[in-house]
This record gives sequence, structure tokens and C-alpha cells, in this order.
Amino acid sequence: MKLKSLLVGLGLLAGIGGAHAADDPFKVGFVYVGPVGDLGWSYEHDRGRQELEKFFGDKVETTFVENVPEGADAERVITQLAKSGNDLIFSTSFGFMNPTLKVAKRFPNVTFEHATGYKRSKNMGTYVLRTYEGRYVSGVAAGLLTKTNTIGYIGSFPIPEVIRDINSAYMAAKSVNPDVKIKIVWVNSWYDPGKETDAANALMDQGVDVLLQHTDSPAPLIAAEKRGARAIGQASDQSSFAPKAHIFSVRDDWAPYYIKVTQEVMDGTYEPKDFWGGFHEDMLSLASINENLPTDVRAKIDETYEKIKSGEFKPFTGPIKDNKGNIVVAEGHSLSDEELAKVNWYVEGITDEIPR
Amino acid sequence: MDIDLITQVLFAAIKTGTPLLFIALGEAICEKTGVLNLGQEGMMLMGAVVGFMAAYATGNAGMGILGALLIGMVMSLIFGFLVLHLGANQVATGLALSIFGGGLSAFVGSSVVGQTITGFQPIEIPVLSDLPVIGKVLFSHDPLVYLAIVMAIIISFVTNKTRLGLTIKAVGENPHAANAIGIKVLKVRYLAVMFGGAMAGLGGAYMSLVYTPMWVENMTAGRGWIALALVVFASWRIGNIVLGAYLFGLASIMHLVLQGMGWSISPNLLAMLPYVATIVVMVIISADKYKEKLLAPRSLGKPFDPRQMA
Repeated sequence: MKLKSLLVGLGLLAGIGGAHAADDPFKVGFVYVGPVGDLGWSYEHDRGRQELEKFFGDKVETTFVENVPEGADAERVITQLAKSGNDLIFSTSFGFMNPTLKVAKRFPNVTFEHATGYKRSKNMGTYVLRTYEGRYVSGVAAGLLTKTNTIGYIGSFPIPEVIRDINSAYMAAKSVNPDVKIKIVWVNSWYDPGKETDAANALMDQGVDVLLQHTDSPAPLIAAEKRGARAIGQASDQSSFAPKAHIFSVRDDWAPYYIKVTQEVMDGTYEPKDFWGGFHEDMLSLASINENLPTDVRAKIDETYEKIKSGEFKPFTGPIKDNKGNIVVAEGHSLSDEELAKVNWYVEGITDEIPR
Repeated sequence: MDIDLITQVLFAAIKTGTPLLFIALGEAICEKTGVLNLGQEGMMLMGAVVGFMAAYATGNAGMGILGALLIGMVMSLIFGFLVLHLGANQVATGLALSIFGGGLSAFVGSSVVGQTITGFQPIEIPVLSDLPVIGKVLFSHDPLVYLAIVMAIIISFVTNKTRLGLTIKAVGENPHAANAIGIKVLKVRYLAVMFGGAMAGLGGAYMSLVYTPMWVENMTAGRGWIALALVVFASWRIGNIVLGAYLFGLASIMHLVLQGMGWSISPNLLAMLPYVATIVVMVIISADKYKEKLLAPRSLGKPFDPRQMA
């Protein structure tokens, strides 16, 4: 796979492509922050790319560049992709936001789509997953399964997306288990299997018996398996790492969106917007729900999933108080997408402070 | 903090420090002969991936260790050939080896991403493991943890008490003088480089076979570089390296444990803790005597050509 990205790079340098004739395939470029072999975030984006190719066959041609650092390099890579005749470019990490916007201004005829960001222009849209929906179901499962009434959360960076998900998981756990407590550990990395293992063990040493994570490696699952605890897989199906400990994985699926946007751009109906996808769009799913779960837990998981998928239940519906006693979501109100993107408080019951 | 938690923390600290200890010990020997190999991260990653693949293919973690040792040596031989035979710049070659190892390991390992193996099981040493606290902290680990400690003792003995230790020192301090008294400088350096490679491979295998029994790209996440720094801060003393590695492990664990206990400190600050703590302690223990500055092997980083005089 490295070889492939190398070849892509060489192709870019050689300036293959240029203006394309009408019967040429529609070209779509992807920029990944990690390796496609991370078995998490970038892996799932690449699976989406492969599905896209499969769906359109000869009509679409895709290229990707992996391991692109967030920063000046990203702008160079995105520019090269635009120059080499891609009609549509997906940049798939928060840190690619400004580079993508810059390049989008220079190439008005190319369409850009940036994952997880908030800046848009007339040829650049954004898209993001409602990961908090998956996190809510995870929280329900964790709240029901914990015997010590202590669940653990391994966080990456204290940004709104991660904080929102911690809130979602904790509210869910509390809804089924009023006595539940949450312990949060930040590892300051999206991806460091060693550190994630340490964090998992540190939490289990302090009485945690169900682990949730907002980091990308399966290491916490493996640690939980070793010690007879339970854990939930992140971003892709990680069940093989922990046959007993694995509750389910919340899997990202970008393919429906990639196919939809590609079709829109091909048809000329594309409008840049801020797209949020979750259970309802099948962009999040529960993968490999463990057979060893008690039937009542399983039933509650399915029920919660269905309620969120159908739109009957929205996790961030008031009244919600933060842990300082302020009402942050008024009764009867559900947070809008715009408000969801700005969550910077912990809900009532979380005793930690958000690190600043 | 109760006694159980303290026990768990110390136990975890030893495990976390072990991969660093392997790599730092190997690099220390390498540097003592005057060769600076910055390729630790690359050799470690290759050790991790080949170790994992060998264990996966054979179903035997022992074969994984063997594979990791061998690939570590092969990688170090590439480095050795370039810097010892051809006199290439050690810093540049080492950096290249790290980058090369990172890419190659990802390429080679793509087929086993997502596979699982059963790694090593802990061995509880009879009697000793029943001791309160210490038994759990020191004597109920997996075999590689004991191996690292045994290696440190052997290396310390060899470098300080044996003729071989003197030979290594002579080559590192003054290769021309060593050459003049009949020591085959390049041969000693080759062997030291290979030893460093084998240890780095072992450190990598520890990550992929014991610590997190799986392979994913770049799973060592910079531990090779930390080990390199550790060697310098420990002023090339084996005892200090052992202390430094475990101290780093302890600080890495502590910052996670403290968060779990509800300490609200910026994770950025906490993430610095292991580095700061290790550097501060190492500076303190090596700062009081000014001659410690002279502890760096004098020919470190300089190529040796027997035809030229110093």
C-alpha cells in the first residue's frame, strides 16, 4: 500500500492528467492523515473510496495520498491532486481545513469536501459523522454491563467532538444506571497503541470494568480482553482483537456519502453544505454485536439504536445541566448541528474538569 | 492511593519501561564503540512487524522473538555497511534507516494488519512472586521483562569487568590506538552495531508480541527516539539507563493514573511529564561531577579509516 501511494506521488510529480475529455472517467482524489492500514479512521475512509469505485465502475477513477501531515504539506498534496485533473477532492482530517480552503479558492472548477471542519466556500463543503449517536448506544451498553458502576473513557484531545461524545456516553449510561461514574483519561494522541494500553490498564487499576475510547487503535480492547473487562470498538470492526471483551464496534461508513456527493457533482446538482451523517444515513452502524451479551442488554442496545435511527430520540435534548449547575440545553430543545459543534461543557455528574 | 493501586502502577511502569530498556542497552553498546545509530525507530518497527509475522505464521511467540532478532541484525548490517565500510555520515544514515524501516515495515506488514496472536503469558517466579507488593511488581511479568533485566546485568558486568569491555571502550575512545595494539576496530564496531540492531528488534517485538499483541503501522510511536535520548541523559552508564527507562515508564503511567483520579491538569502538560521527569533526574545524577561530560565515547560519530591517523 505504501508502494501505491508512492506511485501516486510519482504520478502527481510527473503531472499525469491535466484537462480531461468528456468521455474520460470522473476523477476523485482522497487525502488521508494516517496510513490506510491504521484499522481505524483512515482505513474506513479508504474503504469508502473502494466502495465508491465499485459502485461507479469505469465511470470513476480514484487516487489517494496517505500519511499526509496536517500543515504546509497538505496544501501541496491537495494542490497536486487538483492540478492533476481531479474533479472532486475529499480531505479527511480536521487539520486539512485551511489548506483545503486555500486550494479551493485557486481551483474554482474543482469541488472540495472536507471532513469534520466548519469552513465552507462556493466550491467547498464539509461533512461529519454523528459519532455521539454511536456513543450513546455505547453508553447504554456500558451502563448496563458495568459491575463496579465505573466506566472508563480514553480521550484523545479535549475538542468539542470528543467532549460531546463523552457527554453522550455518560448521559446514556446514567439513563440505565443512576449510580454509574465515569473516569476520563486523555492520552493526547489519536493513535498510540502503547499509550492507549497504558491508559486502559490505568483505568482498570482504578476499578473500571467497561472501557470506551475516542482513540483509534484496538489496543484498549486487547487490554480489556486480557483482564476480563469489556470494551467497545472504535471506527471499524475490531471484534477480532477481543472475542470475549468486545461489546460491539461503532463502525464509520463513508461510502453512502462519497457515492452521493460524487453523483451530485457529476450531475451538476452539487451545493456545498454542512452534512451530518449518522445511524439514519447508515454512515454509522453497530458492527459484530457480541453473542455473549445478556439478552436484556442486547434488547436495550437494539432498542436504543432503533430510536436514534428513526429520529424518535435525540441524545442532546433538554433539560440538560452542565456539571456546574447551569442549564445548557433548555427543556424541549434539541441541540442543532451548529450547537453540537460547539459543546464545551461536561454534563452533570461528571466530576472532572475539561482540561484547558 | 491505596497499596493495590501503587502495586499496579509500579508493575505497569516496569512493563512500559521494558521496550525502552532493550533499545537503550543496545544503543549504549553501539555508542560505546563510537558508532551513533539513529536508526533505532526503524529497526524497532521492523522487529515489531517481522516478530509479529513470524509468531503469527508459526503460532509460536518464541519464533517471533527469533525473527525480530534476525531482522534487527539485518537492518543494522545495512547501516553498518554504509557507515563502517563506506564511511557514510552516521547521523544521516541513521535517520535514513529510521525512515526506511518505518515505510518498509508498513509495506511488509499490510497483510497481517488486524490479525491476532497469543503473546507471552506471564511467568510468576515461585516463592518470590508471593512476596507482598514486590512480588507483584517485580516477579510476575512475562519472560521478556526478566530478559531485559538479565541483559542489563550482563552488559553492566561485561562493560565494567571484562577484557571485552575494555576492548569496546578502547575502540570508542581512541580507535587508532586500539588499532595499533591489534584490535580489529571495524570488526568490533560491526558486532556492536549488530548487537544494537538485535536489541532494537527485541524492543520492537516486545511491543507487537507482549505489550499490544497486534501489528499496526508505526505502532512504536517514537519510542526508539526516546531510548536514544535516554542513552545520552544516562551518560552511557548501564545502571542509569535501567533507572531512566523505568522512571520514564513510571512517569508515563502516573500521568494517566492521576487523570483517572480526577486531577484536572492540561493533558499537554501531563504528556510532558515523563520527558521532563526523566531529563531532570538524569541531569541531577550526572551533573555534580564535571568529568561526567567526558563520558561520551570520544570517537562517537566519527568514521574510522585505518589508513588515516587521528
